[in-house]
Amino acid sequence: MSTETVHITPYRTYAWVLIALLTFTFLTITVTWIDLSALTVFVALTIATIKAGVVLTYFMHLKFESSLFRVFVIMVLAIYVLVILFTLSDYLFR
Amino acid sequence: MEHRDDMGAKLGMWVFIFTEILLFGGLFLVYAVMRGRYSADFHSAAHHLNAFIGTINTLVLLVSSATVAMSITAVQKGDKRLAVVLLFLTLVCAAVFMVNKYFEWGHKFQIGLYPGSDLMLTMNHGQVMFFSLYFFMTGLHMFHLVVGGIILTIAMIKVNRGTINSTRYVLLENGGLYWHLVDLIWIFLFPLLYLIT
Repeated sequence: MSTETVHITPYRTYAWVLIALLTFTFLTITVTWIDLSALTVFVALTIATIKAGVVLTYFMHLKFESSLFRVFVIMVLAIYVLVILFTLSDYLFR
Repeated sequence: MEHRDDMGAKLGMWVFIFTEILLFGGLFLVYAVMRGRYSADFHSAAHHLNAFIGTINTLVLLVSSATVAMSITAVQKGDKRLAVVLLFLTLVCAAVFMVNKYFEWGHKFQIGLYPGSDLMLTMNHGQVMFFSLYFFMTGLHMFHLVVGGIILTIAMIKVNRGTINSTRYVLLENGGLYWHLVDLIWIFLFPLLYLIT
């Protein structure tokens, strides 16, 4: 494994990522202040998912790791989404 | 020549993170089902949570994730002093989070709101469900935060001693991955528990 090329992420990238994450956080808070009733949860969860994606990609280095890591993460998340869909389809439509 | 496999170590860490995702994933699933059933109760119960403390803790965790990530860059560049400072800042953030949680939970305990309390027995089922999930999920998250803090403390000491350096730093990388997981879970806990009023 000594042939791996080491990717050094510049400090600047992390600073921008942090600014983006903080912006998204304030966006979530603002959105929940405006009452969108049923849409609120949807919007809040969408923003949370975007934030999670940013954390996984940059902070957790998935962008710079071997694609094997990305495949694993996508598979695990896909399995979890399937579990949610099956469970909710059972509870909502029984 | 010593044997080591940094990619294998990271892969192992990721497999562990997957089990954590499924652990919290199960709890989020319970939350989704219960919220679907008792949405009015969940809304009224969430009013009791302090969204301000929740927001502060969100900001603190995001900053701490950035400082951990930056500490890895510092180690890779051989800047030992900066790496130790950044890891120390991360631990300060963790401490701020814990102090906030202490006041948040402390206030709830003071007004008699804790699992199994007389106050909770007077509530209806949906509200009891909300507070049980709140205490269990934030409690389990806090436990992860403490464990992450211990791992990063060890990493900080090792960076200072030079056993973690620009040629070997997989322990710091894995500790960082664990810390980002703690952040990741909070990213979902915060809107679902604090912002649904």
